[in-house]
Amino acid sequence: MGSSEVAVELYVLLSAVLFIMGAMGVLLRRNAILVFMSVELMLNAANLALVAFARQWASGAGHLMVFFVMTVAAAEVAVGLALIVAIFRTKKSIDIDNLHMFKG
Amino acid sequence: MDNFFDLVPLVVLIPLAGLLINLFAGRQLGERGVSIVAVGASGMAFVIAVLLWIAQVNTGYKAAVIDMPILADWIVIPSANVTIPWAFRVDSLSVTMMLAVTGVGTLIHLYAVGYMHGDERFPRFFVYMNLFLVFMLILVTGNNFLMMFVGWEGVGLCSYLLIGFWFDKPGGVGWRNSDAARKALIVNRVGDFGLVLGVLITFWTFGTLDYYREGEAPIVPHAAAEEGAPLFAPALPAEEEAHAISGPLGVFNQAELWLEKGGHNVDFGMVSLSFETTLTLITLLFLLGATGKSAQIPLFVWLPDAMAGPTPVSALIHAATMVTAGVYMMVRANVFYHAAEFSSFVVAAIGATTALIAGFIALGQWDIKRVLAYSTISQLGFMVAAVGVGAYAAAIFHLVTHACFKALLFLGSGSVIHGMEHGHHHATHGHAGHADDEFDPQDLRFMGGLKERMPVTYWTYLFGTLAIAGIIPFAGFWSKDEILLDSLKAGVDKGLLSGYVGFVLLLTAAAFTAFYMWRQVSLIFLGKPRHAAAAHAEESSRVMTVPLIILAALSLLIGFINVPSGFPILGWLLGEHQFTSFLEHSVPYAHAGTFSFLLATFAVLLALGAIYLARSVYNDRALAVLREDPLALNTRTQRAFTLANAKLYWDEFYFTYVVYPYRNAAYWLAEQVDWRFLHDYVHERLLRDPFNAATRALTWRVDKQIIDRSFDGLGHAARRAASRLRRIQTGYVHIYAMSVLFGALLVMALILLPLIRDWLGL
Amino acid sequence: MEDISLVTVVLMLPLVGLVLMMLFSRTEQAYKWGALVTSLVTFGASLLLVRNFNTGVSGLQMVQRVDWITADSFTIRYYVGVDGISIWLVLLTTFIMPLSILASFNPIKDRVRLYYVFMLLMEWAMLGVFVAQDLFLFYIFWEVTLVPMYFLIGIWGAEERIYAAIKFFLYTMAGSLLMLLAILWLGNEAGTFSVPDILAKLDSGELTFSTATGRWLFLAFGIAFAIKVPMWPLHSWLPDAHVQAPTAGSVILAGVLLKMGTYGFVRFNLPLFPEASETFAPYVAVLAVIGIIYGAWVSYGQKDVKKLVAYSSISHLGFVMLGIFALNPAGIQGGILQMVNHGISTGGLFLLVGVLYERRHTKLMSAFGGIWRAMPLYSGIALVIVLSSMGLPGLNGFVGEFTILLGSAGSSVLSWWFTFFAAIGIILAAVYMLYMFNTVFMGALDKEENKRLPDLNWQELWSLVPILVMVFVIGLQAGYFFEFMDGSVKDLVDYVNGYALSAAGH
Repeated sequence: MGSSEVAVELYVLLSAVLFIMGAMGVLLRRNAILVFMSVELMLNAANLALVAFARQWASGAGHLMVFFVMTVAAAEVAVGLALIVAIFRTKKSIDIDNLHMFKG
Repeated sequence: MDNFFDLVPLVVLIPLAGLLINLFAGRQLGERGVSIVAVGASGMAFVIAVLLWIAQVNTGYKAAVIDMPILADWIVIPSANVTIPWAFRVDSLSVTMMLAVTGVGTLIHLYAVGYMHGDERFPRFFVYMNLFLVFMLILVTGNNFLMMFVGWEGVGLCSYLLIGFWFDKPGGVGWRNSDAARKALIVNRVGDFGLVLGVLITFWTFGTLDYYREGEAPIVPHAAAEEGAPLFAPALPAEEEAHAISGPLGVFNQAELWLEKGGHNVDFGMVSLSFETTLTLITLLFLLGATGKSAQIPLFVWLPDAMAGPTPVSALIHAATMVTAGVYMMVRANVFYHAAEFSSFVVAAIGATTALIAGFIALGQWDIKRVLAYSTISQLGFMVAAVGVGAYAAAIFHLVTHACFKALLFLGSGSVIHGMEHGHHHATHGHAGHADDEFDPQDLRFMGGLKERMPVTYWTYLFGTLAIAGIIPFAGFWSKDEILLDSLKAGVDKGLLSGYVGFVLLLTAAAFTAFYMWRQVSLIFLGKPRHAAAAHAEESSRVMTVPLIILAALSLLIGFINVPSGFPILGWLLGEHQFTSFLEHSVPYAHAGTFSFLLATFAVLLALGAIYLARSVYNDRALAVLREDPLALNTRTQRAFTLANAKLYWDEFYFTYVVYPYRNAAYWLAEQVDWRFLHDYVHERLLRDPFNAATRALTWRVDKQIIDRSFDGLGHAARRAASRLRRIQTGYVHIYAMSVLFGALLVMALILLPLIRDWLGL
Repeated sequence: MEDISLVTVVLMLPLVGLVLMMLFSRTEQAYKWGALVTSLVTFGASLLLVRNFNTGVSGLQMVQRVDWITADSFTIRYYVGVDGISIWLVLLTTFIMPLSILASFNPIKDRVRLYYVFMLLMEWAMLGVFVAQDLFLFYIFWEVTLVPMYFLIGIWGAEERIYAAIKFFLYTMAGSLLMLLAILWLGNEAGTFSVPDILAKLDSGELTFSTATGRWLFLAFGIAFAIKVPMWPLHSWLPDAHVQAPTAGSVILAGVLLKMGTYGFVRFNLPLFPEASETFAPYVAVLAVIGIIYGAWVSYGQKDVKKLVAYSSISHLGFVMLGIFALNPAGIQGGILQMVNHGISTGGLFLLVGVLYERRHTKLMSAFGGIWRAMPLYSGIALVIVLSSMGLPGLNGFVGEFTILLGSAGSSVLSWWFTFFAAIGIILAAVYMLYMFNTVFMGALDKEENKRLPDLNWQELWSLVPILVMVFVIGLQAGYFFEFMDGSVKDLVDYVNGYALSAAGH
């Protein structure tokens, strides 16, 4: 066994599982911070898939995209957490079931 | 002597200058200056008329046509062949009229200086008087019908101004005067309507309005063939005349030529008539004009009212001159009237009837000037009747004599009125009480006994009365007699019924004349004064009595210019029918009358009889009391007297059937038809309101309800849809997340659809 | 670029004066005097026009012809000129304007500058109507005259001025619309809007239209002109306009504007549609005679003196229409002269009314009486103008009336009855005029307010004296004025008669 290559399918499978877990978390969690964590999970799952395929096809573009995603994710978390802090200050709760001020 | 003819424009221009001076400088000149200018202008015009007469006599009675200086032709339309110049005519007829107008006119101007003394609008009066002279002289010296018409309407204007001279006298009198003035002008205009139509036909028939052109002499073929009496024939035969003159001949010669040829047809515009019919039409229309200006039936009603003006005005305009314009016109057109027998009949009928009716009305009047006014109408009737029976010279002769004695009578009456006013002033010492409110210085009932108080006036008035009654040797005898004779002759010689009837009517009118004139004399001068005013009356100033004396002399002597042929002694002494001979040169159909001893005697006896009758009715006993006229008290004459006094209800008739309906119709037309119906109803109800209603319908029902609504509807629909769609925004993040997820899955499924299909083997 | 013709100069002078005035003047006084000076200069220029006019020539003179709007199928030109028909109307306009302006000096007290602007615009537009030879240009000027008049009535008029102004505007414009349609059709068919060119094409046969078309076009033009004249029964706007308008407005309205209608008939209806003119002549004459008698009769029933004069205009212009549709030289020349005469006399009458109105602010005749004693100079002038209006021989009114009657008596298209009934107008005119004169001027001076009325001031006097002068000049020397018209009118009559003859197959 020369290269201890893990098959791409396994990565994708892991990515899918992580993604689904993250999606479930977004949909089912009540705490806003946990929702954000789930969103991060989804993003990282996507990153994983990207890196795996990038390795497989030896494409630099894939790696580049991962960096973009990570940066955006970080920015988004920053903004999001700031929003949560602001909301907490007003509403003293970050239970998303109580946050429907944008109801049309 | 020829160039004396060129002076004729001056006869118009000098009075014009006089009036302009008085108009602009009257205030500064004062009464004396104004009088000198006015009387002087009139006098100078008279002098020129005399010079023209001399020139006429010395040049063998040639006629002359002189152009107006400075002014060029009046109306010229080359493409319609219309040329109407300002041109004067000097011939025996126009010279006669000029002499009469300026002669009598100057005397009256002089008289007026005294009569109007003290009036605050003294200068204005003489401006109007001179203006009158200007127009009257234009009337008689014009060489065409239109220039005559300028004078014709011009004297009407002066009549208006002078009748209404005292337009602002208090107590409603001013309004009465103004109304009388207006009545005069309007009634005259009815006559003018006829005259204008006649002139229009004349123009289209002859192509010109000139009487005769320069160098033309009147052609007299008809007259020469008929009478056989010595007449003045023209030097040149007709054809040579025609070639010597460029353009159409004057209307009268054209008429003569056509009448001789016979069968001429008149065609113009849409009209086609025989020449004879055309002449009849023209003469009848001219007659209408004459009835207006010369106060004949049916348009005489303005003349009695015109007495509201100052007496000199009544004398000059309404007795001596203006009213004779109609007679002048018809005599000027004698060629037409001679040929139009039917029209002449109508003329004679109207003249004679008017003479009789007016004479009748004069019997019942109380106002001194009204009697004279109706007397004038009656005498004009004589003149018109004379024209109607073809006695043109007699008509003009009577015109001249009448001018003298009627002016005398009017001026005399003015003197009487003046005397009465002075007497009234003296008697009441200037304080007229209420009991004297009904005092009227012109009412015969307040007079009496003035023979002693005002002798000059009395004697001159007597002369005038005898003249008008036709007592020999006064002027009226000669002229009236000639008319009577001519009308009888017309009946006898030509078998014209009009002659006989006219004769009888005129004879009766002559009798009436003598009667009412003597009535006047009795009531004014004889007996004892019936009122304090009469008792204190004084003779008038010399400036007023001198003209009276001159006119009285004329009334005695002027008849002698036309002694009829066959009259013993005087005929040989003074020359027979001098005046008619003079006139014949311009009036082709003038003929001299012979003397009928029988008729003359009969007429004089009739007049004397009437005077005797008047004397017996108005004897001293009746005169002393005189609350009612003796004729009114006598049961036999009562009804007649009332009728005469009421002027035969003529004015009332016109008022009820003409004036009043016209005025009411005017109000009705103005208010109901034009304003309420046409203006308001048609335009506002029928046009504007439907338009506004349609506008409103469009604005509301269409624009607002339908169009706006539909666009608004769109907006509403959008809103409703939006409110429903809004419900998707629940505000819950996880719902949104779920929808994102589902959406993503859907998209992926769609993208992978081909693969899925392959995989499932579809 | 051709030389500028005198006609253009006369036409544009008011406009030039107006522009200069607006640029350089500030004060009301400057505007007043500027307007007066401009109108006097224009009058002077028009006198030059008369001097340079060649009476031997019957066609258009002093023509200016410049292409303006050209398209494939038609051309609109700035085409102006004068001939015997229009020369005296141009003179009338330039004569009346200074008088109106002078008479406005005292009465107009607010928005003064605007007033004189409108006056000069008015003059420009009116002159344009009379000199325009291109149908489109004519229409433009025709409509433009409405605007200043509307404002003159609406701003400086009496109590119901807005109503009168709107009525005047709408009524006239409604008629003009039909004319516009006719103009457009005609211009399209002929390929040009210039009347002389259209006439040439009709003559040469290049352009023909059927009898029916000719009649419709005649009516289309005719209605617009008939409203303007105004002919009975389209006259209802006139009493309102006159009563409500300020004095100078009435003077211009009666003096010039009404003539635009009658002028239109002579300039356009007769030469362009001769067959229709001959056919309709009796009908137009009927309306004209009705107008004469109706106008005079209703005039007599009035209590307001301005309304009386307004209805008298209807009567006088009935005569003019009769003269025109007699279709012969005497009638038409009499008609044109009478247009000028009416402008002068009735303009004078309105000036007189204005004098009284300024003093007593009422136009009811019952408020006066005995004015002759209070204001002798004024009354003397009034007498002459009243007599002129009444047609006293020797004054201007008579010449026109007589010549018109002469024409209608000798007319080959009108029966004699027209002359007969029209002549009755002579009697009726005296009735209402003397009624007015007697009621206002004669009688006792018994009303306190009237006793101390001041006589004429110099503006009023000098606005009336020229009228007096012209009354006598035209009255005594009408031949001079006819001389100018003769050539053009003769040509017109020959043309109309010739056309009708050929149409009848002679």
